[in-house]
Amino acid sequence: MSTETLNSAADLRAFLHGLPGVDQVGAEERAARLASRSIKTTAKAAAIDLAISMVDLTTLEGADTAGKVRALCAKAARPDPSDASVPKVAAVCVYSDMVEVAVTSLAGTGIGVASVATAFPSGRAPLEAKLADTRAAVAAGAAEIDMVIDRGAFLAGDYGKVFEEIVAVKDACGSAHLKVILETGELATLDHVRRASWLAMRAGADFIKTSTGKISPAATLPVTLVMLEAVRDYRTATGRQVGVKPAGGIRTTKDAIKYLVLVNETAGPDWLTPDWFRLGASSVLNDLLMQRRKLATGVYSGPDYFTLD
Amino acid sequence: MSERLAVRKTYKLFIGGAFPRSESGRSYVVTDAKGRFIANASQASRKDARDAVVAARKAFAGWSGRTAYNRGQILYRVAEMLEGRRDQFTTELRQTGLTKPQANAEVDAAIDRWVWYAGWADKISAVAGAANPVSGPFFNFSTPEPTGVVAVIAPDSPLLGLVSVVAPAIVSGNTTVVVASEPAPLPAITLAEVLATSDLPAGVINVLTGHRAEITPWLASHMDVNAIDLTGAPTGHVHDLEEKAAENLKRVLRPQDADWTAEPGTARMTAFLETKTVWHPVGV
Amino acid sequence: MTVFEYAPAPESRAVVDIRGSYGLFIDGEFTDGHGEPFKSINPADESVLADIACADEADVDRAVRAARAAYDKVWGPMPGRERAKYLYRIARIIQERSRELAVLESIDNGKPIRESRDVDVPLVAAWFFYYAGWADKLAHAGFGSDPRPVGVAGQVIPWNFPLLMLAWKIAPALACGNTVVLKPAETTPLTALLFADICRQAELPPGVVNIITGAGDTGRTLVAHEGIDKVAFTGSTEVGRQIARTLAGTNKRLTLELGGKAANIVYEDAALDQAVEGIVNGIFFNQGHVCCAGSRLLVQESVADDVLERLKTRMATLRVGDPLDKNTDIGAINSAEQLTKIKELSEAGEAEGAGRWSPPCDLPSQGFWFAPTIFTGVAQSHRIAREEIFGPVLSVLTFRTPDEAITKANNSPYGLSAGVWTEKGSQILWTAQRLRAGVVWANTFNKFDPASPFGGYKESGFGREGGRHGLEAYLNV
Repeated sequence: MSTETLNSAADLRAFLHGLPGVDQVGAEERAARLASRSIKTTAKAAAIDLAISMVDLTTLEGADTAGKVRALCAKAARPDPSDASVPKVAAVCVYSDMVEVAVTSLAGTGIGVASVATAFPSGRAPLEAKLADTRAAVAAGAAEIDMVIDRGAFLAGDYGKVFEEIVAVKDACGSAHLKVILETGELATLDHVRRASWLAMRAGADFIKTSTGKISPAATLPVTLVMLEAVRDYRTATGRQVGVKPAGGIRTTKDAIKYLVLVNETAGPDWLTPDWFRLGASSVLNDLLMQRRKLATGVYSGPDYFTLD
Repeated sequence: MSERLAVRKTYKLFIGGAFPRSESGRSYVVTDAKGRFIANASQASRKDARDAVVAARKAFAGWSGRTAYNRGQILYRVAEMLEGRRDQFTTELRQTGLTKPQANAEVDAAIDRWVWYAGWADKISAVAGAANPVSGPFFNFSTPEPTGVVAVIAPDSPLLGLVSVVAPAIVSGNTTVVVASEPAPLPAITLAEVLATSDLPAGVINVLTGHRAEITPWLASHMDVNAIDLTGAPTGHVHDLEEKAAENLKRVLRPQDADWTAEPGTARMTAFLETKTVWHPVGV
Repeated sequence: MTVFEYAPAPESRAVVDIRGSYGLFIDGEFTDGHGEPFKSINPADESVLADIACADEADVDRAVRAARAAYDKVWGPMPGRERAKYLYRIARIIQERSRELAVLESIDNGKPIRESRDVDVPLVAAWFFYYAGWADKLAHAGFGSDPRPVGVAGQVIPWNFPLLMLAWKIAPALACGNTVVLKPAETTPLTALLFADICRQAELPPGVVNIITGAGDTGRTLVAHEGIDKVAFTGSTEVGRQIARTLAGTNKRLTLELGGKAANIVYEDAALDQAVEGIVNGIFFNQGHVCCAGSRLLVQESVADDVLERLKTRMATLRVGDPLDKNTDIGAINSAEQLTKIKELSEAGEAEGAGRWSPPCDLPSQGFWFAPTIFTGVAQSHRIAREEIFGPVLSVLTFRTPDEAITKANNSPYGLSAGVWTEKGSQILWTAQRLRAGVVWANTFNKFDPASPFGGYKESGFGREGGRHGLEAYLNV
């Protein structure tokens, strides 16, 4: 069992505050340095396919309909109708009331359905409502639950509350994988990101995820760097591997490849699979497809040649 | 009734706050301008020079670690005490051939010079330091720090020249080994007597008297001396002293024509300052 | 597990045009040298790049005379605002030709293109921009109301940052109204010669900048020449000592930027991941060919194992190889001679009982290469803790208390730079205050800026380069 029993909130607090600090300027410098890696030719081709396979294709709009979700699922299974060699994406991510539509649409594709839950994106609801949300999504067939932490409690220093809530949601997930969204844009500092990462992992997270996509800034390279350091150190300390998912703000192939370089040189190659690294995004997929075709044909393509779903 | 027999003074060295004789047991005759005997002064040896450097090094951490305000206070206190020794200094200067008004003027100037430098203690950093606008998320500042142990070969202007080379060296936190004027060493020892009863910590100023040509090469070549002021270096020895000083890359202040009555400027202080620049990131 | 192999990403060489041979740049013209010509080679593959003229005594004399004439007739009398515009012009051309300069620097020196492109060349342009602005403001620099130039400067620079050291020397000298004769290192003359071309492009008056190539003899002749008023040298402490001796008893002014053996102090409460980056950047930047390299890691014992594990993990990701590959982190050692020295000191480290470790890495068969290396269990008494290795070799020592860290850090004849890592503000300032070093990087390392004074304590030399302080060396004050 990956969830730890919390001995006391004071112990947890002492642990989190005892983690090494993060120097913002140094972390940003390191992220920028890695972002300057030049990934070309064969490496670029491999990276594009890897990135496509890691995409959690996402629609999280108030205006979502069954039709919109079905279209997204079709895209997920066959991103480029004209090229069967394009890998399928990792998962489709929807609101909990759309899980059933997505599960039906993706039957037989091997693509999982991820559902946001726990009063996404704010997380401001009674725990019972969050748990009910989670149970409904799991009952509808969600293989992965993307929960949000209580940032208010975290910023108020009430780490015990945040911890217990993650434990409760993890319990409600049953066999579904739990991704814990830290909403790093609201945590504001990298020290907070590191503490929240450890808190989530110790509470049982299978994945830690940067953002809801509803808050700016969403995923950034420095934040993801710090989270990758956290999962690396957590595995060293406990032997358990936790995945990482940057979400929001990843729009271009160049962006996606920067994240892969970050994974490769921070957490290491063990994380370079869809099991352990995901890209929460939607628009990036078409850019990956367009760059993929450029590499294959040698000429630049255009948006009319890729489906808008 | 016979005239009272004067009690003659033995002039000794000043090392680590104490007044030892030269370990060599030697002394030399100091005469007045007309060649008449005044006193025997200690003739320091290389071992005395060595001991003085050890004393100066020992004093360095404490003196440079004082607040600038405290150094300024201590130096100002020295000036107050110099004032109380006017008559003795005047007498000693007259023995070197100055008239009474000349000697008085030189004592005035020397005390004023000391006060002038005392006031620099907590200002030189503001003048010689800087906050540097670097291109990046860093706070970057430069502060002057004392070089360390400075060997000072004092000029033959026995009081004004002496304080004009010693005060700027120590005001910023350096400690010194001073080689006094060879023909007129007495004001230097009198100054040492003032210092010994002042609040200046032992070892900050050490005074050697004797033959400059004998002592200075040992200071110039000493590997634990950080800088050397050649102002009073014997003519013809500068080249050799500089060559010796090169061995551990001492900071060398070359002899220059000096008008000791002129406003000195900051050059004698900055000659024995290192600039330290510290970088730190600015972030959350 | 997926292996993410980075395909070769070589920067194109097409942007540089290396001539078969180069002369001396004197009085605005490339002229023949009369010493025995030598070859500049590419340290990454040992191929010959060009034949380089060698300046003999008469050539040095010619260069000094040209500099003197330019000083007397043109540059000295020129108003500061006009000098400023020449320097701005040079800065702009450097930016315009930045790719060419970066590629040539990497080819001649062996440093990774990422560094020459992102660090060296941008700093070179920045240095000229910075000092250009001083040229007509010297009266406000705190050196009197009308500070005068020194005259003709003889400048001798090393091979580790060939173009950057040229900028550090030439920009402030020209801004203050001096003219220069500069000798680049014999293994890395090419960017200085390209800079000569930039001076012509900027229509800098002939003789203001003269570049003479050659080895130690040429440098000795230059610093001893009676026609120069000031010597500026960056290089080894041993040569610095010789120059100081040479100048003894003369009126020539001298500034020296010499060796170092910097302590990089990591306290137990440091931001460890950034500290590890700082350690890596401190010692492996530019293959460790850095006088201010953080070559002695002083780590608090309570976190030593953790830091070392993190450091080793990080070192395993360093990419050693083709300097022109954009993903290379560590390039070639500059010369066979330097490689021999690094190997010799590393062997001494092993012989003295320190533990040697390098990550697995394939080194090219041609050229001069050395894997990034750390030595653990190093004692203060070991040669590798005292002598400057000037290569990618880190000595790891431990300490227990802040006082012990300071004592060990300062226990060196050098005093150029130091690093300190802690999240505790008061401890940073306490440590920085006690370190006897001219540059202290706190929670960062190896940062440079034209506005920031740089230079050493003790046997690391004297004088400062950069900032307002950097003007003093070139003004008659």
